[in-house]
Amino acid sequence: MTTKTTPETRIEADPALPVIRIVREFDAPPEKVFRAFTDPDVFARWLGPDTTSVRLDKWDAVSGGSYRYTMLSGAEEVVTFWGSFHELRSPDRLVQTQSMVGTDDGAVLNTLTFEALPDGCTRLTDLTLADSFEIRDMIIASGMDQGVIAGYLNLDELLAKG
Amino acid sequence: MAEDRLSRVFGALADPTRRDIVARLAVADATVGQLAEPYAVSVQAVSKHVKVLEDAGLVTRSRDAQRRPCHLEAEVFDLMTKWIERYRQAAEERFRRLDAILAALPDSESDKQRGEAS
Repeated sequence: MTTKTTPETRIEADPALPVIRIVREFDAPPEKVFRAFTDPDVFARWLGPDTTSVRLDKWDAVSGGSYRYTMLSGAEEVVTFWGSFHELRSPDRLVQTQSMVGTDDGAVLNTLTFEALPDGCTRLTDLTLADSFEIRDMIIASGMDQGVIAGYLNLDELLAKG
Repeated sequence: MAEDRLSRVFGALADPTRRDIVARLAVADATVGQLAEPYAVSVQAVSKHVKVLEDAGLVTRSRDAQRRPCHLEAEVFDLMTKWIERYRQAAEERFRRLDAILAALPDSESDKQRGEAS
């Protein structure tokens, strides 16, 4: 695939703040990338791994709205995420909260910025702010992320290999 | 068992002073006295931090009776590096699916509706 951007995902766990920063460039303009995060039909198509489907239980993508969705493996519910859409400002900014059902005190603030690059490309910066390093590191270690379901919470195996 | 250990690792690293101690031990082994030098706290307080890091398996102390330098267990950080890389790979896989969707997506909402109508 030819591309004008350098699409490889970059990730940084900030040493001084309980933050995860993900940067990725897309060969599409900000309006379109923004839509992929807010249009329910589009969002549900790319979020999960191929083995997983996404069921939108609630999706009100406006500033002050909320969402809830469940990842399914066949008919089995794997995990449910929910939160608020705090601010939608197409095409450059999306702010939302997110919690995983079944974990207490784990809400994070997620700020997505969509920066226009030359040639109609977009740089996405996905900043996740947790309220402690412990929560931030657990998110990374457990792969507790929207699309990270394969091998979910398979920590024993990881530690065994450690 | 493994999850207990994981909780201890995260608990140990949640504290900024201990994160700093770990960062310094990543450069070179050091005694508790050496570790305490830059901080406005007692050697005893630093010793407690080191004990937490030891209990989490992040740090070991040699049997050198006089100095007992603290040593960072590097494989624990290999583990953290692995976790970050796995997290990154999962994000990259997700974004590659998005690349394909974007390539096929009409440029605007109205185009999409026209496409569906035709």
